[in-house]
Amino acid sequence: MTGEDEHAATDGGTDHPADSPIAEHARPAGGDAPETGLAGPTPEERPHPSGRRDEHGVRKEPDDGGEPTRRATVSALVEDEPGVLARAAGLFRRRQFNIESLTVGPTTVEGHSRITLVVEETEAGIDQAKKQLAKLTPVIAVGELSDDAVAAELVLLKVRGEEPDKVHAITSMYDGETLDAGPRTITVQITGDENLIDDAIDAFDQFGIIEIARTGQTALERGDSPTTPGEEPGHSAGSTDDDEFTNYDD
Amino acid sequence: MSEPATPDAASPEEGDDEGRTDRAEQPEQTDEEAAAAREDAATRAPGSGANAVVAALEAAGVETAFGVQGGAIMPVYDALSESSVHHITMAHEQGAVHAADAYGIVRGDPGVCLATSGPGATNLVTGIADASMDSDAMLALTGQVPSDMVGSDAFQETDTVGVTAPITKHNYFASDSDEVGRTVGEAFALANTGRPGPTLVDLPKDVSFGETDRPVGEPTAPERAVPDDEADEEQVEAAARAIETAERPLCLFGGGVIKGDATEQARAFAREFGIPVVTTMPGIGSFPEDDDLCLSWAGMHGTGYANMAITHTDCLIAVGTRFDDRLTGGVDTFAPEAEVVHVDIDPAEISKNVHADYPVVGDAGTVLDQLDAAIGYGDAPDTEAWREQCAEWREEYPMDYAIDPDEPVKPQFVVEAFDAATGDDAYVTTGVGQHQMWAAQYWTYREPRTFVSSHGLGTMGYGLPAAVGARVAADDDREVISFEGDGSFLMTIQELSVAVRENLDITVVVLNNEYIGMVRQWQDAFFEGNHMASQYDWMPEFDTLAEAFGAKGFRIDEYDDVEAVVEEALAYDGPSVVDAHIDPEENVYPMVASGAANGQFALAEDQL
Ligand SMILES: Cc1ncc(C[n+]2csc(CCOP(=O)(O)OP(=O)(O)O)c2C)c(N)n1
Repeated sequence: MTGEDEHAATDGGTDHPADSPIAEHARPAGGDAPETGLAGPTPEERPHPSGRRDEHGVRKEPDDGGEPTRRATVSALVEDEPGVLARAAGLFRRRQFNIESLTVGPTTVEGHSRITLVVEETEAGIDQAKKQLAKLTPVIAVGELSDDAVAAELVLLKVRGEEPDKVHAITSMYDGETLDAGPRTITVQITGDENLIDDAIDAFDQFGIIEIARTGQTALERGDSPTTPGEEPGHSAGSTDDDEFTNYDD
Repeated sequence: MSEPATPDAASPEEGDDEGRTDRAEQPEQTDEEAAAAREDAATRAPGSGANAVVAALEAAGVETAFGVQGGAIMPVYDALSESSVHHITMAHEQGAVHAADAYGIVRGDPGVCLATSGPGATNLVTGIADASMDSDAMLALTGQVPSDMVGSDAFQETDTVGVTAPITKHNYFASDSDEVGRTVGEAFALANTGRPGPTLVDLPKDVSFGETDRPVGEPTAPERAVPDDEADEEQVEAAARAIETAERPLCLFGGGVIKGDATEQARAFAREFGIPVVTTMPGIGSFPEDDDLCLSWAGMHGTGYANMAITHTDCLIAVGTRFDDRLTGGVDTFAPEAEVVHVDIDPAEISKNVHADYPVVGDAGTVLDQLDAAIGYGDAPDTEAWREQCAEWREEYPMDYAIDPDEPVKPQFVVEAFDAATGDDAYVTTGVGQHQMWAAQYWTYREPRTFVSSHGLGTMGYGLPAAVGARVAADDDREVISFEGDGSFLMTIQELSVAVRENLDITVVVLNNEYIGMVRQWQDAFFEGNHMASQYDWMPEFDTLAEAFGAKGFRIDEYDDVEAVVEEALAYDGPSVVDAHIDPEENVYPMVASGAANGQFALAEDQL
């Protein structure tokens, strides 16, 4: 079908007065609407800026590398309602955040729990993780812990019991505790920061580790700083009105 | 259930009649009466959990709810029969949830839907996910098996709270008859607090049956969920300086402008400083599309000129948008020259997809006023050359199409014909596919909340139930048109029965290409034209089918049919279906291929 012929036919017809909507679009419309698609300069004919953004939508110089990741410990004070941990875990799964560990436990305030999580993400990823967490309705406050925060985790190690003295020596070296000792197995408990636990596991490996249960990291901010900033410190039921006894679990 | 009203009760001649046709038997309340009724609902002793649920709806001022009955929700329905809340029984729960969604969009208040446990609840899932993606305020109430049977895989038991947790703003499992009313009130309020979204309350049957005399109180959202409207002054100042020094500033108005009721401020802001405007698809209607400053919407099928403007702006003032990939194309090439000012009520949206050089967290309207005040007198950017450039692009990339009167009708022509024949304030709902894009491209929107569509989830079948919800929500004198694809229409066509029963004056326009058209277009472009599962070998006659439902059927086969059918279909007072047989090979352009640069939009297939 050629535009020329049809155009002529349309012009000649009396069915559609020149100001009718049909005539208005009769080919060739608007000057030169093509038979299929739209008129206008092709992509090659258009000016294109050379700037680019990285995967976080940050404008970058052409040769910038990818952004480095870092490890962050994030603490969230939450309402202790059913499913809150599932909601947090579901959120991180769905949004593909890299979670190294996630722990939860009660606080001094009834009805409040603290979730501690360790993420390995880019700066932008850590920021998103905190903001998405803060958006969950049962979440009261979210904070990222500073580098000098106190952090610890606990591991239970069940090792072969053939060399009880040596096991005992290593347990003492890591300030651990023997929880169970039998003829065939010894179970010890070690607490400390993540590196210490990793070292301890390496050290116990020589005896043959049968089972491990590890809690994941939990952490609090040092000294007077609240762990989830932005929240006013409150008073637990047992405390006095003295400001020195405020707690931050509200 | 209301009787179908007589068809001529709200004929166009008596267009300014008060009250909806389908609620003609309900006398109009004055504001004081309505407030007193809400107060009474909030303070009276409900008697049972189910009554408390209904009292909470009344206390929230809910006028209409959409749903489908069933075992576990029956106590709530029983209580509803005594209530001022008008219930519309839908044919399918998906219909109920989309109708509630659209009702909420049109009203600006959460729409409410109800379903029973198990399949009732799972049938809501698509619509809840849809509302979640589009930040639509909505409350879903689902029945649940009795508490002591939960977890036993009882008849019609589904873990509704588990299933819907990722697609709700928050959801609740009611466990106490004394608390359930408050919970429903909180869920309702939360849905419309800050960034809106769907909430759900799961109602075990024993909780509904249980006795309670505790008044439900006023619906209140948890305090933590209530964000500050006003943005930090430092953020505002920084953004204002960036705007002042821009040479090619561009406003990008998203759905948040409409949901935040900020269209007035948005219009005033862009006009005061002479800043061109593009919208996102959900932002359609935030700015009048026939205004010289407006370049319509950007993104995958947005106008060439909007995409050119986004590509070349040096300062993108984005308000209430989440930078969806259908808008941005490849993020690496998105607005590559621009410093980004991002205004949003949800801090988690800031720098989620596109880095914000100037984040401003707050309510859209409030922040636009703050920005307006912060831009010094005489410091406004000089945008004249930039506006001329935008006008040139508008000339270069016209949204035009050629027609040949002897060939099949172009869908764009049908859309324009309905637009020309209806008022500026008509509501358009759509299914999903090519027809949705034509309805977005070739209808000129001027008012907020008039384009009611499924954006983020892209749910086929949205259009008809959305038209039902929009019709019930809208004033009588505003038209409701639903553009459907033949495929989309078949997904929820059963809701025609509701439109007929409730005598809803809606016009469904099926842009019938006998294809799953959008899929066919992609197959032609990216799968060597292999039309696997995209062509129907047989389609029902939609006009005849409409008549069988009791609606009015029309058919368009050629251009000469269009004018008369448009006129008759719009004049018909009740549901009508126009089966418009359009050019089956017509494609949607411009098109930015997935992940490509917006400025690389194709105008025809060979450019993809
Ligand atoms: C529920 C659902 N299923 C599948 C799709 C994928 N899909 C997107 S567009 C489309 C075709 C729609 O066909 P039709 O409704 O006839 O509209 P047309 O594109 O022909 O206008 C399909 C199958 C979808 N968006 N939603």
